[in-house]
Amino acid sequence: MAKEQTLNNVLITGNYSYETVEESIGRLILKPQVHKRGWWIFFLIGLAGTGLLGLSITWLLYQGVGVWGNNVPVGWAFDIVNFVWWIGIGHAGTLISAILLLFKQQWRNSINRFAEAMTIFAVMCAGLYPLLHTGRPWVALFWLFPYPNIMGMWPQFRSALEWDVFAVSTYFTISLVFWFMGLIPDFASMRDRAKNKFAKIAFALPALGWRGSNQHWHRYEQANLLLAGLSTPLVLSVHTIVSYDFAISIVPGWNVTVFPPYFVAGAVFAGFAMVLNFLIPARAYYGLKDLVTMRHIDWMCKIMLATGLIVFYGYILEVFYGFYSGNVYEAALVDKWRFNGPYAWSYWSLIFCNGIAPQVLWSPKMRQNLTVVWIVSFIIGIGMWLERFVIIPVSLTNNYLPASNKMYYPTMWDFGMFVGTIGFFFMLMMLFLRFLPAINIFEMKDLLHRITNGESKVEPDFNAPSTPAVAERQEALR
Amino acid sequence: MSHAHASHGHGHAVEAPTTYAMVAEFDTPERLLDAADAARRAGFKKMDAYSPFPIHGLSDAIGFRDVKVPWLVFMGGLFGSAFGYGLQYYVHVFDYPMNVGGKPLNSLPSMIPITYECTILCAGLTAFFSMIALNRLPQPYHPIFNTPRFERATQDRFFLAIEANDPQYDSDRVRAFLAEQGALNVSEVEP
Repeated sequence: MAKEQTLNNVLITGNYSYETVEESIGRLILKPQVHKRGWWIFFLIGLAGTGLLGLSITWLLYQGVGVWGNNVPVGWAFDIVNFVWWIGIGHAGTLISAILLLFKQQWRNSINRFAEAMTIFAVMCAGLYPLLHTGRPWVALFWLFPYPNIMGMWPQFRSALEWDVFAVSTYFTISLVFWFMGLIPDFASMRDRAKNKFAKIAFALPALGWRGSNQHWHRYEQANLLLAGLSTPLVLSVHTIVSYDFAISIVPGWNVTVFPPYFVAGAVFAGFAMVLNFLIPARAYYGLKDLVTMRHIDWMCKIMLATGLIVFYGYILEVFYGFYSGNVYEAALVDKWRFNGPYAWSYWSLIFCNGIAPQVLWSPKMRQNLTVVWIVSFIIGIGMWLERFVIIPVSLTNNYLPASNKMYYPTMWDFGMFVGTIGFFFMLMMLFLRFLPAINIFEMKDLLHRITNGESKVEPDFNAPSTPAVAERQEALR
Repeated sequence: MSHAHASHGHGHAVEAPTTYAMVAEFDTPERLLDAADAARRAGFKKMDAYSPFPIHGLSDAIGFRDVKVPWLVFMGGLFGSAFGYGLQYYVHVFDYPMNVGGKPLNSLPSMIPITYECTILCAGLTAFFSMIALNRLPQPYHPIFNTPRFERATQDRFFLAIEANDPQYDSDRVRAFLAEQGALNVSEVEP
C-alpha cells in the first residue's frame, strides 16, 4: 500500500457510466465470490470477539460489577472510557452525512454510507457500557427512562447523566433513521438488479416498493435535507452533553469549560481516524479505488489535522488552567498525576499520539502515502482512548482527601469487554460490507451526472485511466 | 340473485380503465427534463417521472409542488419541545418535587438539554415517517412496475408516465407526443 495514483481533483477516476458505478458497488453484494478469504478471516475474528463480549457480559451479570477493576474513588473507569471513545468514533459518520451535506461537499458521497454504518455500530457498542455499568440493567430502567412505573419514581432530569440518556438514545435513533432512509433507494436498485429470487425478495422488503418517482424523490430530498439540518446540532450536542458528565462536576481535572468544544473536536478526530483505518484496506481489497480516490483520503487527513490541532489546544488549556486557577487540587493533578506520577506514561503517550504524530499530516507527500496515513490513524485511535483514560480514571484516583487516593488497575474482564466490543464492531462492519451497499449508489450516480454536466466543483477527467481490474470489468459490461 | 350480482361485478370490471399510463423511456436526465417540461406546456396534469437519482428541476418541469414534509417536521419539532419540557415540568414541579440545594423546582437551564434532544428526536422521526407516509410506502404493487424494462428506472434509464386519468389523455396523441420528445420506447401500461 504505497503511493499509487497522482493526486488530482477528481472524485471519480476513470470512465464510468451509471451502469458501471452501480456494478462496482453492487457486486459486493450480488457476487459473493468478490469476498475472498480475507473477508472470512476478519469476519471470524469479529465473531470470536463477539463471543468474548457475550462471555464478559454473562460473567459480569452473574457476578456483578465487582469483576471489574472499579474501586471507591475510581467509580468510573474502563466502562466510561470505552463509552466515550465509542461515541466519539461515531461522530465522524454524522459529520460526513449531515454537516458536509449542508456545506454541499460533494466528496462526501463516496464515504457517507460507510461512515454512517460505523456511527450506528459504534453507538451500539457505546450504549452497552453505561447500561452494564449500572450492574443490573433490567432494574436500572426506571431511573434511566421516564415511564410511569409502579414505584411512582421518576428520573432526575437535572442530572447530566440523565441528559446523556436522552442525547445518546436520540443520537442512535436519528442516525439509524437517516441511514435507513438513504438505503431505501439503494435497496430498490439492488432489488431490480438481483437475478437470484431470494436476493430479489430480500431487497424488495426493505425497499418498501420504492419506484424512484419524482414525487418520491421530491419528498425524499426534503426529508433528507431536514434530517441533515437536525443532525448537525444533534451531533454537536451529543458530545457536548457527554462532556457535561465531567465538566459540571467538581472533580479536579474535570471541571473545565473547554471540555465541550474539545470533546466534539476529539470525537471527529477519532472518527475520521477509524474511517481511514477501515476504508484504506477496504477500497484496495474491493477495487473501489476509483470511487474513493486519493483526493478523499487527502481531505480526510486534513480534517484530522485540523481537529487534532483543536484537541491539542485543549490539552494546553487544561495545563494552563491547572496552574493559572490557583486551585491546589487542580495544580496537583496536573503536576503529580499527569506530568509525573504512576500514570505519567499514559499522559505522555497521549501527547505523542494526539499531539505529535498527527503533525506528519502537514506534509502532502505523507498524506499520499497510505501506509503512513493508516499508521497515523491507528495511533490517533489509541491516542483518543488514552485521552479518555487520562481524563476519567486518572483524575478520580486523586481525591480531595489524600487518604482516600487509590490506584486503579483494570482486570481481565475490563479488557475482555473492551476487546469484545471491538470484535463486535468488526463483525458488524464485515456483515455490512457483505450485505448492504457500502457506497451510496444513487448519490454516486448523481455525482457522476453533475460531473459530466460541469455542475460539479471539480473538473471532469475522463482521460484518467481506471485501475486495471475496473477497466477489465467495464470492458466485460460493454 | 347471485347470478345478477355476479354479472354486475363483471360489468364493473369491464368499465374499469384498461390503461394505467403511457410510459416513455429516455436515456439521459436532460431528455427527461425536456420531455416533462414539454408535457407540462402541452397541458398534461397527471404525470410522474421515474429516475435512478433525484434530478434537479424535475419537480418544476412536471409542475409538482409539495411542502407538507417541512411543515410536518416543524410541527413535530414543536411537539417534541413541548413534550420534553412539559414532562420535566410535570415531574419536577407537580409529581415528584425535590429540593436540591434550594434551587427552584422549575430550574429552566438544567431542563434545556432534554427539551432540546426531544425536539430533535420528534422532528427527525417526523421527517422520516412523513416522507414514507406521504409517498404511500410501503407499497409492494404499483402499475408502473408493469412497464417493460422498468427495472432500469433504478439503474440508468429515465421514464416519464402520462397517466390515463389525465383529462387530455388520448392514447394515440400521447404516444405520438412522447415519441416526438426523443423517447427510446413508448409503451402503454396496464393497471
